[in-house]
Amino acid sequence: MSDITPSQTVGPFFAYGLAPKGRCHWDPNGSYSWKETVGDNLVTPDATGQKIHIEGRITDGDGMPINDAMLEIWQADAQGRYASPADNRARPNTQFKGFGRSATDKDGVFGFDTIKPGAVPGPNGKTQAPHIVFCIFSRGMLRQIYTRMYFSDEGANAADPILALVPEDRRGTLVAHKTMKGDLPVYRFDIRVQGENETVFFQV
Amino acid sequence: MSLIYPVKSLDAYPKHLSPEYRSTVKRSPSKPLIIMPHTLSELSGPVYGHDAVQEGDNDLTKQHKGEPLGERIIVHGHVLDEDKRPVPDTLVEIWQANACGRYVHNVDQHPAPLDPNFTGAGRAVTDKHGYYKFITVKPGAYPWGNHHNAWRPNHIHFSVFGHSFLSRLVTQMYFPGDYLFPFDPIFNSVTDEKARNRMVSTFDLENTIPDWALCFRFDIVLRGREATPLDTDKH
Ligand SMILES: [Fe+3]
Repeated sequence: MSDITPSQTVGPFFAYGLAPKGRCHWDPNGSYSWKETVGDNLVTPDATGQKIHIEGRITDGDGMPINDAMLEIWQADAQGRYASPADNRARPNTQFKGFGRSATDKDGVFGFDTIKPGAVPGPNGKTQAPHIVFCIFSRGMLRQIYTRMYFSDEGANAADPILALVPEDRRGTLVAHKTMKGDLPVYRFDIRVQGENETVFFQV
Repeated sequence: MSLIYPVKSLDAYPKHLSPEYRSTVKRSPSKPLIIMPHTLSELSGPVYGHDAVQEGDNDLTKQHKGEPLGERIIVHGHVLDEDKRPVPDTLVEIWQANACGRYVHNVDQHPAPLDPNFTGAGRAVTDKHGYYKFITVKPGAYPWGNHHNAWRPNHIHFSVFGHSFLSRLVTQMYFPGDYLFPFDPIFNSVTDEKARNRMVSTFDLENTIPDWALCFRFDIVLRGREATPLDTDKH
């Protein structure tokens, strides 16, 4: 047994502390505002690449919306570089952090405005298809669950080393579908935590 | 810095499905998780340093016109990795109920008063020694709907980042000697007693400030240990 501090649920009341400006309406009388550190808009003025919107709904084993979940995303920039000391390649658009947080609304809906990430290095010299890592917290989850979102319009998915680990009939749960809203690509990514067509989650 | 994240370390965590905590029944994955290697996407992580916090963000007693009601306390400690090395410059966020056990959230309908002088949210960034400190009031216990006469022990919610997306931790800090421990399925979802006790702060008399505030120490150990040559040679 290791000595790490165990995880506990984020509970139902995290929004005012962790996502105070998000889509969850938590303030009982409008006098408890709190500053936001991490929000659901990742786009910075210096970020190059294709702006996109991601939207989805997270549901439980009964297909009911989870209205008290928090989804965090982590992604590379359009050139496939992470804003992290662990990625030591040069980054031209230095303000883009690639990290976002969205607390669901009453219908279990979350959303992000961001930049489509580029392909990133993978294990054994392979390249990973463009993807976004999701980390999900909610009431009723004693520990976070990890998943990944891939893009429906990426041929590179076929050669992705992580998608290849997923049974073929379940891979579709990791692929977000593209529609256009005017000029803006919108990727739809619904997450089913349990049951029929359950989203693939990873042991990491 | 190159770190590795043994999956074995997660044995200390609760299981996704812990039926005593009823909400886990429909909110835990039913299919086995897919085992995957850690790639750059997992081994990297966001950095929120000192630019993310402002002076006073760690003092929850100074966010409104007056002082909040309740027992003023200091909560401090170190954020460490599995080798017990400090994790510097990392974001620590907390949120909690007020002294009466009431959260400032529309969903909390517990008939206890809100405190106009207490929101209950704070944040800090660890210094180069991994040290953080908050000033707040002791949160009250509160009832919840899990089972008949269910009450949560006093606790402060913590969110910590660490070195990568794998070290991300959301947990709860408890107070020593709480009489509600034996009855709380969330606390007891951690089945190993030693692991469970790592969520319990210790009373810190040495750093208690006379005539002003009691002090509690809460050290947080995140995933991640030094990658030795032996480990990288494995494949
Ligand atoms: Fe709580």
